Amino acid sequence: MPGSAKPRYDDVEVGSELPGQTFPVHRVNLVMYAGASGDFNPIHWNERFATAVGLPNVIAHGMFTMAEAARVLTDWVGDPGAIEEFGVRFSRPVVVPDDDRGATIEVTGTVAEKLDGNRVRVELVARSDGQAVLTRARAVLRLLP
Amino acid sequence: MPLDQSFVGRTYPPTPPYEVGREKIREFAEAIGDANPVYRDPDAARAYGHPDVIAPPTFGIVLSMTAGRQVIADPELGLDYTRVVHGEQRFTITRPIRAGDRLTVIVTVENIRSAAGNDMITTRGDVTTVDGEPVFTAYSTLVARGTAGG
Repeated sequence: MPGSAKPRYDDVEVGSELPGQTFPVHRVNLVMYAGASGDFNPIHWNERFATAVGLPNVIAHGMFTMAEAARVLTDWVGDPGAIEEFGVRFSRPVVVPDDDRGATIEVTGTVAEKLDGNRVRVELVARSDGQAVLTRARAVLRLLP
Repeated sequence: MPLDQSFVGRTYPPTPPYEVGREKIREFAEAIGDANPVYRDPDAARAYGHPDVIAPPTFGIVLSMTAGRQVIADPELGLDYTRVVHGEQRFTITRPIRAGDRLTVIVTVENIRSAAGNDMITTRGDVTTVDGEPVFTAYSTLVARGTAGG
């Protein structure tokens, strides 16, 4: 979280956990993300279209999920400029029904490796509705010494 | 129908400059629900040594996805865009994108393959300032579900 003490390379160990977060997702978030990102693929806002192409319902942009996962990194490290590498595989869609509940994305992270130059490799897990929605979610971050 | 393998290795001309605005960064941060002041307040960004507000780590998709359309929307490639979902995404970041940047993307087709009945294409977008300073590289894999047969 912004304002809390930032991790230092010397204090971090393999297995150290990043503070996990749960992100709610409603249709309005996907509409906002479509506008901000320029990705207007109708599978992200049009239920009629999404179901016609074989999806269970409207799904979140993969990049929306990736952006939420990145918040676990940036809130932990403080300076978003400390992220040197971030990659994911989109293993399952986040299905977002048109109701008051919407969906949630739960993200946790663990330090997997300490690298040279005060850098660490972090592995993230993102789940929605009990299923992994990102796999091979890995980032390299530069920490304070 | 399989994708045209001759696209592999093809590199496209640099895209027209994209000028990164503070309000566009703020809009993107709002859309992902991120209240971090470094995306809005130049003083907060300067406290971390950045000359102006910076963009969230995945903001680069705004440029790289648009640039990638010149490949995936090419009818010669044979990709059924109505079946396309995002398979993988990776960024290697030299420095964060910041307000005032004028950025251009050079797209290269890295890989085309079929697996489990899906067509897949991986593109690389090398993003630099118009002066040639490297900023980030985006690797995107798109999957057309069930278009490869089998």
